[in-house]
Amino acid sequence: MSKEQEHGMTVIVKTVTRLTVGLIFLYGIYIILHGHLTPGGGFAGGVIIALSFINLDLAFGGSVSSKIFSKGSTGLVEALGAVMFLALALIGLQYGGFFVNFLHPDGEPGQLLSAGIIPLENIAISLKVGAGLFGIFLTLIVLQKFESEKK
Amino acid sequence: MTIESIVPLFVAIPLAGAFLITLLKRIKGIPDTLGVLASASAFALSIMFVLKMEMGQRVICNVGNWGGFQEVLGRIVGIQLVVDGFTVFMLVTVNLIAFLVAVYSMSYMTRYTEKWQFYSLFLLMLAGMNGVLITGDMFNLFVFVEIASLASYALVAFGTGKKELEASFKYAVMGGVASLLILMGVIFLYSNTGTLNMEDMTRILGSSENPVLIYLVFALFLAGFGLKAAIFPFHAWLPDAHPSAPAPISAMLSGVLIKALGVYTLVRVFYCVFGFPEKVSSIFMTLGALSMIIAVILALKQWDMKRLLAYHSISQIGYIILGFGIGSPLGILGGLLHLFNHSIFKSLLFLDAGSLEYATGTRNLKEMGGLSKRMPVTSWTTLAASMSIAGVPPFAGFWSKLIIILACIQMGLWFYAIIAVLASILTLASFMKVTRYAFLGEIRNKLRNILEVPAPMLIPMIILAIICIIGGVLLIPGVRQGFLGLAVEALSRARGV
Amino acid sequence: MNAYLPYVFCMILFCIGIYAILSKRNIIKIILGVVIAEYAVNLFFVLVAYKAGGRAAIFSETEVILPESMVDPLPHALVLTSIVIGLATTAFLIALAIRLYGKYGTFDITRMRELRG
Repeated sequence: MSKEQEHGMTVIVKTVTRLTVGLIFLYGIYIILHGHLTPGGGFAGGVIIALSFINLDLAFGGSVSSKIFSKGSTGLVEALGAVMFLALALIGLQYGGFFVNFLHPDGEPGQLLSAGIIPLENIAISLKVGAGLFGIFLTLIVLQKFESEKK
Repeated sequence: MTIESIVPLFVAIPLAGAFLITLLKRIKGIPDTLGVLASASAFALSIMFVLKMEMGQRVICNVGNWGGFQEVLGRIVGIQLVVDGFTVFMLVTVNLIAFLVAVYSMSYMTRYTEKWQFYSLFLLMLAGMNGVLITGDMFNLFVFVEIASLASYALVAFGTGKKELEASFKYAVMGGVASLLILMGVIFLYSNTGTLNMEDMTRILGSSENPVLIYLVFALFLAGFGLKAAIFPFHAWLPDAHPSAPAPISAMLSGVLIKALGVYTLVRVFYCVFGFPEKVSSIFMTLGALSMIIAVILALKQWDMKRLLAYHSISQIGYIILGFGIGSPLGILGGLLHLFNHSIFKSLLFLDAGSLEYATGTRNLKEMGGLSKRMPVTSWTTLAASMSIAGVPPFAGFWSKLIIILACIQMGLWFYAIIAVLASILTLASFMKVTRYAFLGEIRNKLRNILEVPAPMLIPMIILAIICIIGGVLLIPGVRQGFLGLAVEALSRARGV
Repeated sequence: MNAYLPYVFCMILFCIGIYAILSKRNIIKIILGVVIAEYAVNLFFVLVAYKAGGRAAIFSETEVILPESMVDPLPHALVLTSIVIGLATTAFLIALAIRLYGKYGTFDITRMRELRG
């Protein structure tokens, strides 16, 4: 505990972060899942999820979030999101065209489970964007550490 | 499977390959296999396209089947992928080089760590280039240009030495500015026409008159795509960036990237969207002639082999731009053939430079010498490529330069014809230097024990050398109709000749 | 107010960015120049789509929104794409700058003299 207090910001920030980080994460998921109904979607939701991880790092300092979600796994999740997105687009070729909405093309306004492949694509994008953005953050952080060790 | 549904695969296959490599990087051998497989299948698809295409045919694929709205709204909604003769020609060129380079990299890249990163970025770059070629939408063009450029910035910095990082920084800043200029041009066009589809744009621009704005867009696109193509006033980044990359990537960058992102886009935008007005034609010819002569003079004093080759890239791009600038069917034919030939022999020369570096550990011509005995294949392929780039008959480069010069004379442009001949002679002189210092003469003591490079590196070089020698075959009437003829027809019709 | 004034300001912003790229010696300032120029272009794109009193292009069940009063949503979607591309470019440039700093110990571009010409 004492070592943890050396890193990061004050107790106030840490407590607030502890309370809010889960909410931020949930809000990101909400934005992703309602991407086809309200403004937002996979990209915005992915950014919010990445921010919840970055928030942890900023408040507690150092490598708290990279223990949960390491740099190697961000690459994997990012690639997974991309492959998923591409697979959805390619399955459409069987149904008459690239990126064809083959599940439920017409949809009903205001219904959560209505827009066919669009929510699935939103999830894929959010995986890619969230992991990608957090990966960029981690890359820059790691390089910074490497610099300070050298001095 | 219809021919329309093949079109998106040109982007999808390399993209899937790139991300699968990232997922499966831990399994040994996967990056190489997937990289070669993805580029090979893209090449096979492009060959299939050539065989299936008919004269004047355009294959249009509406992404997401939004094409149905065209009848209702009277304009095209959503992104269209369009393949015409010119696109098919470029697809074959790009994917052929990409496939051979992927094979070559299998053993060349063992010197570097993290091979999977290399193949992943390589396939991303290929996906971006194929996307640039097949798209029929202005903004989508910009996005694919950016994908290919970003991958190439990272590949230039792949060695992470001082030189590589610095060259990559220069390249990335210049490329970033170029992209911004292109985006600005796209915005002006969108605000003027209200559409992003190239076909719609041509129609709307043809029916309305708005000269001031159009000239602004001309300037923005010339600067933006000109920076990507490294034609004369915008060439400063190329001699740094291309030599700094690993040799296979230099081959890709000089061989096809500057053509797919620069020359193809310039020609596509100015021929197919703006109908190639006279003013642009003279700008093209002037810039082409200037890059031709200035770059070749700068190349004469280079001792770093890859840097010398990079300067020659600028010079040869000048020929291509001159050919397209003339704008007559003969000039277009010459430009296209020279584009194809240049991507063949410039890739080959860079692969040869890579082999020399692989074997001897240096790129400086002064430190080589007498290598023709120790590395016979490399030396013969370099000779074939040098003869071809210098325009010695009967190598492929001779025919394309001849056609460009003939096209100049046909239009009465004697001045440009003389410059083209002069640049060709200077090219020959500078490649005599390469042959003289690298392959002939006494062998140095410390180079006495070097060996020829392994087979995966030799096979692509031999294939490219054969194409260099027999490249003139493409001009035989039966063959010409099926490959070059398609592209010439598509561009001539766009220009209304 | 002149209706063209926002566009002119956008162009001035773009020129500031280009000026920073061309004249500054510090790598970080050059990167900032790229970012400023990029934001100017994105801002310009949004301005092109501006429509006085326009509404978001979403139909609603509770009130009637005519298609004529909606703004053109396409530039907004495209600007998002170009911002993402800009993010990637900026991140890459910053990573390069950090690596260059590790190699040279300075951000001054005039002291990086490996390449000439």
